Amino acid sequence: MIPELGHFALILALLVALAQGTLPLAGAALGESRLMELARPAARAQFLLVVVAFACLAASFIGNDFSVQNVATNSNSELPVYYRFAATWGSHEGSLLLWTLMLAGWTFAVSVFSRHLPPILLARVIAVMGLVSVGFLAFLLFTSNPFERLLPAAAEGRDLNPLLQDPGMVIHPPMLYMGYVGFSVAFAFAIAALLGGRLDATWARWSRPWTTVAWSFLTIGIALGSGWAYYTLGWGGWWFWDPVENASFMPWLTGTALIHSLAVTEKRGAFKSWTVLLAIVAFSLSLLGTFLVRSGVLTSVHAFATDPTRGVFILAFLAIVIGGSLILFAYRAGKVGLGGNFATVSRESMLLANNILLVVALASVMLGTLYPLFLDALHLDKISVGPPYFDAVFYPLMAPALFLMGVGPVARWSHAALPELWTRLKWALGVAIVSALVLPFVLGRWTPLISVGLFFAFWIFASTVETLRARLAGSTHRGLMAKLTANSPSYYGMLVAHVGIGVFVIGVTLVKAYEIERDVRLAPGESVAVGRYDVRFLGVVPGPGPNYRALTGTLELREDGRLLETLKPEKRIYNASGQTMTIAAIDVGLLGDRYISLGEPVGGDNDIGGAWAVRIYIKPFIDWIWAGAFLMALGGFLAVSDRRYRLAVRRKAAAAWDRLRSGAPAD
Amino acid sequence: MMKRWRWSIPFAIFVVLLVFLWIGLGRDPSVVPSPLLGKPAPAFRLAQLHKPGERLQNEDLKGQVWLLNVWASWCVSCRTEHPLLVQLAKTHLVPVYGLDYKDKPEQALAWLVQNGDPYTASIVDADGRVGIDYGVYGVPETFLIDKAGIVRYKQIGPLTAETLNEKILPLVRELQK
Repeated sequence: MIPELGHFALILALLVALAQGTLPLAGAALGESRLMELARPAARAQFLLVVVAFACLAASFIGNDFSVQNVATNSNSELPVYYRFAATWGSHEGSLLLWTLMLAGWTFAVSVFSRHLPPILLARVIAVMGLVSVGFLAFLLFTSNPFERLLPAAAEGRDLNPLLQDPGMVIHPPMLYMGYVGFSVAFAFAIAALLGGRLDATWARWSRPWTTVAWSFLTIGIALGSGWAYYTLGWGGWWFWDPVENASFMPWLTGTALIHSLAVTEKRGAFKSWTVLLAIVAFSLSLLGTFLVRSGVLTSVHAFATDPTRGVFILAFLAIVIGGSLILFAYRAGKVGLGGNFATVSRESMLLANNILLVVALASVMLGTLYPLFLDALHLDKISVGPPYFDAVFYPLMAPALFLMGVGPVARWSHAALPELWTRLKWALGVAIVSALVLPFVLGRWTPLISVGLFFAFWIFASTVETLRARLAGSTHRGLMAKLTANSPSYYGMLVAHVGIGVFVIGVTLVKAYEIERDVRLAPGESVAVGRYDVRFLGVVPGPGPNYRALTGTLELREDGRLLETLKPEKRIYNASGQTMTIAAIDVGLLGDRYISLGEPVGGDNDIGGAWAVRIYIKPFIDWIWAGAFLMALGGFLAVSDRRYRLAVRRKAAAAWDRLRSGAPAD
Repeated sequence: MMKRWRWSIPFAIFVVLLVFLWIGLGRDPSVVPSPLLGKPAPAFRLAQLHKPGERLQNEDLKGQVWLLNVWASWCVSCRTEHPLLVQLAKTHLVPVYGLDYKDKPEQALAWLVQNGDPYTASIVDADGRVGIDYGVYGVPETFLIDKAGIVRYKQIGPLTAETLNEKILPLVRELQK
């Protein structure tokens, strides 16, 4: 009964989305306010229906209803309840339903936090999001129904993929989708602007918080995916330039360019058509990513089970949405107007350079990701493109962008003077150079690349300090607290996010420079020296788990004879699927991780009580990578908390304005 | 007019991308053709499964068209194709030689007793070195080798009746002329 209820809710949601996607648009074109006013209630009704559908699927999973095909394929009664809930989105159909839920959720949010948007703009924005919802709901209902029944019901489920039975994996898709889907708001604003033929600074001010929040969630989602790969896959790696990783990274690069471009459009009225194009591209890349992982065109560890019908459907959907938007762009972009002028050296020009660098990086990543597909389609060759290409292309492009990150916030709008920039930044440059040259020797080893990485990180830190110092010095307030609070949260958001990038760069540079990997054969009682640590293997013992058999190893980590930590890596063999998972044991530290995972038993006859191949990694500063990412996201959230966007403030302002207009005395 | 063209560039790029994605849907990215096609079959000289004292080498098989089937007693998918091989052996159209890959001889022999033995002879590749030479990355795999010892076809994964009838046997007849 419950699955049918969910199915029915989805059908109703599709009908509502159809109305939501067409009627307000018609109303906006005809000036019919009654049609336009349908936007908000339609968005809310659709959200409610999709929540019901999602709840029904989740209930089926939690209740172990194996008469639902999706539950039978992806769950198991031995699975702990929180993973049964997460299994709701552990499959192609379920994750699409999550996508649809997020989309409905964002549309609902837009319908709530939009009191001060002109009704025509709001109607268009909600309608565009409704049209996208139509696509996803149709895709769900016609090709990927999560409520498909399995009759007769299975006695037991096939179990959730063991790789997904992990807290990181539970939160990673929701965060990632919040980001991907969040870009649909910026997209809808862009389309609405093109339809209306007008784009001004207020449009940018409305778009900005939505885009920044989506970007922050995407940052968290990608960081979680990377962290999960690190501790789950057992190889100590955290980024592989896998096609699906790239599919999330491309919208992120575009989103980063977009939030900077929006800043210029809001503050200076420049980059208008460019910003609109970026908003379209960011969401298009989110959709393209969805296509790539579900259609079978690329091989990846991440790819869902594939089906030609689904691939064709998504491709058609892509063609309509992206093609349609770009045709609209071709026709209307000229109308929305060019922007203000700015000098060759100015904050605008630096932000433009930032955008160009990010977009070229984006294009390179895209080329590398799709190149195997291009060659195969032309029947030329079967190749794979991996880290050597991406590393070679990406880092050199980001280097100038990192440098500009220090100069941009210090430069004036419209016209900046090079001598002034030099005066302001010369000591920051000095600090960066000195740190970059000295620190490697302190840490143990010097290579040119280490210094390059450290230079950029310290350059960002030092120039950020200088930016803040100059801001506080130039402030007319008295006293440090007053000076600090005079700055808006969005200002601190920028500083925090930029510092986050610096922290990230330190993590990447130092871990690549100083990491140590040892694959050794250890018999129980044997020790090995790795770096400045001593690792002693105490053997492997079997044990039970909730839905798996575990082989738990014990290793003692010592430094200078002193016992630091006892680590217990595991091999888990899952009961239902028979799959084996390698669970690493990690001693996390501020200055680095000590990471141990079990390989295979190498004693005769697979004797688990005998010698094992053990992988030991020393990863200095690796957690700075994810700390940096979280700082970036924090900066984004800080920026959005700015008074300018706050509901209560705007309500007060609107109320005051209304009173003024009606002639009543002002507050 | 000039300005109009500029705004259409993103759409044009997208159309090109769309075309490639459409073509890509019809291709299978996981099918990797063997680099050995058209090249001489790598040499081997291994002990035979049924006659451990005797060795078989690829030179001995020159002058005939033959199939090399990589199998193992631990290989589950091998069971799906094995009846086809047993049937093929009965037709005497083409000799099938087995490469017993990373297996224990006692278990391999027991498996053949249980499932039937289509092989003119099976050779034992206990450590998998010959498999490496042949680019074996998944069991079962089947190679078609001609009279001159050149690899003409490689099947990755279990043989199906269609592949046998539509691809391999016609090629065999062709090469046997």
